[in-house]
This record gives sequence, structure tokens and C-alpha cells, in this order.
Amino acid sequence: MKLTRRKLLVGGGLVGGGLLLGFSMAGDKPVPQSAEGSFQPNAWLQITPDGRVIFQLDKAEMGQGVFTGLTTLMGEGLDYDPARIQVEMAGVHSAYNNPAMRMQVTGGSTSLTTAWTPLQEAGATARAMLMIAAAHHWQVPTDALRTDDGVIIHSASGRRLRYEEMADRAKSVTPPKTLPVSSGYKWIGKSLPRFDTPAKVDGRAVFGTDVSLPGMKVAVVLRCPHFGGSLRSFDADAARRHPGVCEVVQIHTGVAVVADGYWEARQAAAKLKVEWDKGPLAGLNSATIRRKQEQALDGADTVVEAENAGDAERALAHARSAGATVLEAKYAAPFLHHSTMEPQNCTALANGDSCEIWAPSQAPGFVQALAAQYGGFDRHKVTVHTTLMGGGFGRRAMTDFAGEAAAIARQMPGVPVKLIWSREDDMRHDFYRPSTLHRLAAVLDDKGQISAWRHRLVSASITKGMAVTLVDSYLPSWLPEAMARGIGRFAGNTTANLDTSMAEGAEIPYAIPNRKVDVALYDPGIPLGFWRSVGHSHNAFIVESFMDELAHAADQDPVEFRLHYLQEHPRHRNVLKAVAKAANWGSLAAGRFQGVAVHESFSSYAAQVVELSRGSSGYVIERIVCAVDCGRIVNPDIVVEQVESAIIYGLTAALKPALTIEDGRVVQSNFHDLPVLRINETPEIEVLLLPSDEHPTGIGEIALPPVAPALANALFAASGERQRELPLRIDA
Amino acid sequence: MPTLQLNGRSVTLPDDIDPATPLLWVVRERLGLRGAKFGCGQGLCGACTMHVDGQARRSCILPVGQVAGKSVTTIEGLGGDHPVQQAWRDIDVPQCGYCQPGQIMSAAALLAAKPNPSDDDINRAMAGNICRCGTYPRIRRAIHRAAGSSPSSITTGVQTFNPETGEG
Repeated sequence: MKLTRRKLLVGGGLVGGGLLLGFSMAGDKPVPQSAEGSFQPNAWLQITPDGRVIFQLDKAEMGQGVFTGLTTLMGEGLDYDPARIQVEMAGVHSAYNNPAMRMQVTGGSTSLTTAWTPLQEAGATARAMLMIAAAHHWQVPTDALRTDDGVIIHSASGRRLRYEEMADRAKSVTPPKTLPVSSGYKWIGKSLPRFDTPAKVDGRAVFGTDVSLPGMKVAVVLRCPHFGGSLRSFDADAARRHPGVCEVVQIHTGVAVVADGYWEARQAAAKLKVEWDKGPLAGLNSATIRRKQEQALDGADTVVEAENAGDAERALAHARSAGATVLEAKYAAPFLHHSTMEPQNCTALANGDSCEIWAPSQAPGFVQALAAQYGGFDRHKVTVHTTLMGGGFGRRAMTDFAGEAAAIARQMPGVPVKLIWSREDDMRHDFYRPSTLHRLAAVLDDKGQISAWRHRLVSASITKGMAVTLVDSYLPSWLPEAMARGIGRFAGNTTANLDTSMAEGAEIPYAIPNRKVDVALYDPGIPLGFWRSVGHSHNAFIVESFMDELAHAADQDPVEFRLHYLQEHPRHRNVLKAVAKAANWGSLAAGRFQGVAVHESFSSYAAQVVELSRGSSGYVIERIVCAVDCGRIVNPDIVVEQVESAIIYGLTAALKPALTIEDGRVVQSNFHDLPVLRINETPEIEVLLLPSDEHPTGIGEIALPPVAPALANALFAASGERQRELPLRIDA
Repeated sequence: MPTLQLNGRSVTLPDDIDPATPLLWVVRERLGLRGAKFGCGQGLCGACTMHVDGQARRSCILPVGQVAGKSVTTIEGLGGDHPVQQAWRDIDVPQCGYCQPGQIMSAAALLAAKPNPSDDDINRAMAGNICRCGTYPRIRRAIHRAAGSSPSSITTGVQTFNPETGEG
């Protein structure tokens, strides 16, 4: 949707003026962080008498650039250089709920798109209030004033005042309904240097694992390696005697060893004698899971419909009996680990029924809820500080680490406890991208047109597990346990049926008259979570590979073939044509091969061409070209960064060996047996940004889905072999 | 307990430190410098990289007893205006930033040994430093920039790297 600057400033905004005056209108408690004496016209902005402009960043900075991008929006609205704005991570408050999710969560590539209007409006309203205050002070009309980067100017008399000089007076100004319009953007649209770069280059940046408090101890937790298993018994005698150990305590996920430092805690934990009950998933292997997925293709109890147009089943049946061209294929994608560079961690300090938490998380509200639940605290007395984090990718929305830290801290009141997971803990206790199995069938009529498309995938719901956990944490503690569990199960099953993430990306944009997509539910019980681009991460591979199969079966060029079915989708067409042109599609040097994919996710559009050459032992990725349309761009360089980021993250998933399950546990443990892409395996990446005036849309995830299919399609072009399972083989 | 040089200062370690304690944890927890990071504990990811007597070392698997009498430089000791750090800022290399102290220390060691590295030199020297945010293309450009040269060619192709054998 088009949103002009004039409309933004006069119209009162899309997402609601209520957010502007957030806390005071809602009758809520004040926002948690408030500088003394400051002018605080809304939940995000404070201007202090001593001239600081403080911005409460209510999104997690996990590398994707909101620390810079969202601050830029505020600065633009306020007319104050965003590079001079002091950024603080916001506390937990309903004013900070993500409008796309109605919870305080960073994810779904929604930060910039949902903040675009509210933050600029918040800044512009504050600016207007300061100008009104100055107008009263100078006894001049407000429209005789202008601003320039933090200074209010009365041109006629040459008088100037800095914003902070009017901050006190602005407190009593009624926020105006219409706002002064300025022309053009000063900072939006420019590749401003990232504001968090300097601290990340000289070692000053503080991540969750770097939190340091007086008297702090460090904890490690031993957990049952089998999912769903439990602690049977443990002998802590030897562990307790290890130098530097203060405590060994049982918590809901296992046994915690608390010591003066990480190394001491880890050494002591190795001396624990622990017996685990393997639990309900004992004996479950990757092979078993695959077999049950196969069975679920036709035998699942629950099938959730995602899309149904025309009558694909009838068209297929007819085609089969008439001997027409029917293509059928089975595709598979494995469980995927997140492997954020920084392992999970959390620091907690308990005092009676209140608790202070420092957590690198994408969901401070969940941190609060789980800390309260597992630590036994009053949720309203849990203060959450969000830190920088070494990667998120969806993993840090699952705040199990907060529950653990709180549970340990509860048993050591008054002592700050920093819980650090090892890499082994992190790889083996992740919330994995679901493993999926797909069956597709399509009909090519006698003109080589696709007349029917049938896609069934076997998957499990991510939100089901989350719903069970979260519902439990929000229910009152006096509710009988059995009842709470029942409510949780109901919530879980309901959300499973409504979980649109499973089929996202499988509802194809291609104009095919008969289309049916559905999801057969089979849940092996492996913990699931949101993995960068979620359902799109596997569905794009399947859709764009199968489209390629159809193109080749119809003896058509893969780009032209797709364009034919995208007549009504100009933004798909534009990125596809742009990338084809930039990659010299169709006119390659000898010995070069290309594959293409186009995919829309999170309201943005990405098309990629992967180019291969033949190497001494297989194929070499020479380059990846990507064209992106994400609406109006706030910071072009950050957008390019995110495209590079998502492509490289997706390449690991496309190429590296997948994790395996044995006896209900993950077999692999560290980067030697679950490798990730390294610099010497990374091709050159060329990014084209399509200019747009459309409302800004997501960028953090959208360049990931096309990578695997574009690569698979290139491998087919090179070798004639169609690979339908991830990871792909690139060696001969 | 032995002394070591840490960022140009002489430091005497307390007697109660087990000499088997990895240098990473001594520096982070006993000496208060938290720039070097914990990523894997097995020397596989490079987030813990420091210089010991000028060589890039994975401090998470280096017992502190083995650095007695040696000179250790961490990211904090690089000065802030090292050419690598300047290039990192110019190109906006970091995203989440967690791996970057290790990347920067490895890059600084590379340039100290090879002031004008080729793309192959860079790939070989930096292959031990993992980045999950995908800053690799910018790291390559930044190292060339710090070396004062421009990238030799736009593409280096894909090579496989076996962390167990170090073979490409």
C-alpha cells in the first residue's frame, strides 16, 4: 500500500494514534525506563533537560539492524540526527507490543514495517509539541517556526532554541492533531553507518554472556539428552567438592551446577553422577520419523487445508485416466538447527517474590512469563533487561533459558546467577525447524500449460508447543494441575490446526486454475521453533524446484515459464526479470550453469540466480545474484547486508549435513559434526535493490527461501540430475 | 602463579587458578576483559581468538598455564584504530557482532604476517572463524581495504574445508 509522507504526517497514521500516547491513555503502568525530569511524550522518546534524546528500542538487535533502522525513523520524525540519539533497550510493557503479533516479540521480519508509521509519527508529534512550546515562549505563530536537527528556529528574528530548552514547557502542551509537513527525507533512504558498529569493533559491546554483576556466579545445567525425558536421580557429592562450586540444585530441566566461573562449573558438572529416564521418545530415530512421515502422507488423523481452488484432485484423476502428462515427485527437508554464534544464556537475580533478568531474547514478555513460572515469582515483579545478542534467527524467541536461570536464582536469593549453555547444549536442546515430507503432482495439458497443482506436506505445528508452554505460564497458579494441562493441550491442538506457518510459501502465486495444498499433521515430539523464514524455508525449495521440473518437462525456459504464470503479480515479475538480466540469464559462458528461483515471503519479493562451474570434484558456486523488492528502503546498505546474511545462512542449510536423531536425542554436538558455512566456502553475492515507494516490508528473512531451489535448479542444469532432498550434494 | 603480559601490562595471576583453565575464561572472568567470546569450547569457531606472542590462538582450548611468561593481546589491546578495525567500521562489517572480535584478531594476525594477502590467503587464514550472520563477503573486502589493496577478482569460487584435517 502506498503511503506518502504527507499522508503520514496529517492523517494520524495507520496503526493507531493510541500507540503514541501509549501508556497514559491505556491507563497502564508507566513504561519501565524513564529518565528523571525528561519530556516523555510517548513510550519511545525522552528528551532530558541536559540535552539527551533517548530512544526506547522495543525490538531485539540481533544483527538485523533495527538498532540503526528504527532509531532512524524516530530521528526523521523528530528532525534530530539519529546518530546522536541514545538507544536503550526497552523494558516489558504493552505499549511495546508488536502490532503484527500483539506481543512484545521481534520476528517475522515485521520490525520496520510495523514501526514505519508509529515511530515517525511519535517523533513528529514530539517535534510539534516542542515547536508549540517555543511559539508560546517567543509569542509568535507556530507556523513561523521551523526546525533543523534539534534546533527550533524563528527565521524572521533569527532566534534559535535547542529542543531540550523547550522540553520542560513541552510537557504541558496538548499534542496536536495535525503535524507540520516537511519535504523530503533527511536520513531515511541513506546508507547511514550502523550505530552499533563501533562498539562491536572494539570489544565494548555487551552481549548476554558478557553481563557482569557484583558477586555474580556462573551456572551450567545438565539436561536429559533424550527429548521429553526426565531426571531420575543424581549424586552431587564429587561435584560439590570441586573447587569454586557454590551450589548444585535440581531444576525443572535437570541439574544445575553453580560456581565462581564457567570453567569451574563445567568441570564440576562432569563429576555429577546422573541417571536419566529416557522418556517417551526412547528408540525414536531419523529413520523411524521418515517412515511415519511417509505413512502420514495418506494416513494422518488431521489434515489442515491451506489452499483449494478449482478441483485439483478431479483434474489429476482425469489426466491420469486420459494418459495426459502428469508429473509426480516426493521432496523432503530435514530438521534444522539455529546455531546462533552466541550460545543460549541468561542472568537472573532473585529477591523474595521479585526477580531481575538480563536476557538476550527476541521476546522479553515470554522471558518475564517463563521466569515467573519456573522461578515462582510474581510476573509483575519480574524486570527484564534485553541485551545485545549473538544472533537470533528465531531461537531466542523460545525463552527456555529464562525459566532455567530464574529457577536457579530462586534457590540462591540475592546472588546474581549467569547461566551459560555450551555449544553442545545449544545444538542438542534447540527448537528445530520442522522436518517435512512433500508429495506433489501436476498436470501439463497438451499445450504444455499447468492445469492442476496438488501439494500435500507432512509437518508438525511450531505454535502448538509454544501455546502449551505459554498458556501454562499465564494461568493462575491456584488452578488444579490437571485442569491447567488440559487447557494447555486444548490450546496446543487448536493452534496446530490454525498454524499457518506450516504451509506458508506453499500457497503458490502461479496462475494455475486447479490448486490444492494441505498439511497432514504428524508430530514426532522433537521440540520445534521458528527458524529463519519458517515455513518458507522448506516450501520455497519444494515449490521452486517442482516449477523447474515442470518447466523442463514442458521444454520451456525456466524464467519465461514462471513469468507466464505471474501475469497478475508485477512485483514477482519485476524481481525475476531484474535478476535474470543481471545474471545474463540465457547467455552464459561455456562451462557455466544457472538455476533460478523467485519467492515472496513476509510481504517482500526475492529472486535469485545461482551460477555454477565444474570443479575438480563436483561443482563450484561461482556467484549468487539476488534481486529484492522490500518496498521503500530505509537504509540500503543494511538491506544488502541482510540479503547477504540470509543467503549465507540458507546455504549452510542447503549444503551441510543435517542433524540426525537416535534414541530420541540429537546425535551431533558441535561444529565438527554439524558444520556450518565458512568464509572459504562462500561465493560472491551480488544484490540488486529494486526502488519502491511501497510501504516498507520485511528483509531479515526474505532472501533465504530462494537459495536452496535456485541451487538445486542450477545443479540440475549442470548435471541433469534432480535432487529432491536437502541437503544438496554439490560434489561429484 | 606465573605472570603474563596482557595488552602490554604485566599481570600476575592469582594462586588459586587451575593452570588447566582455558585462557579465555581467565581473561573474561578473572581479568575482566570480555571482548573475546565463547562460541564452541573446542577451538572450532574462532570467537575466542587472541594473539599469543603475535600468533592467533584459540584461547578456549589454550590452558592458561601454557601462556606463562608470554605476551597476550586481546581485542581490547588492539587500540581501536588498528587498520583492520578502521576497515571494519568503514565497510560496516558486523551484524550481530559476536564473532567479530575473533574475526578481527585473526585478520590482524594475517596482515601482520602477510601485508598484502590474496583471496586464497584470506580464505585459508580466516576459515577458522565462523560467522552465522554472513559477514564473510564484507570481511574479505575489509581485509583487502586494511591491506591497502583492492580485491583481486570478484569471485573466489567455493572450496570445501574439512575442519578436522584443515584440508581444502
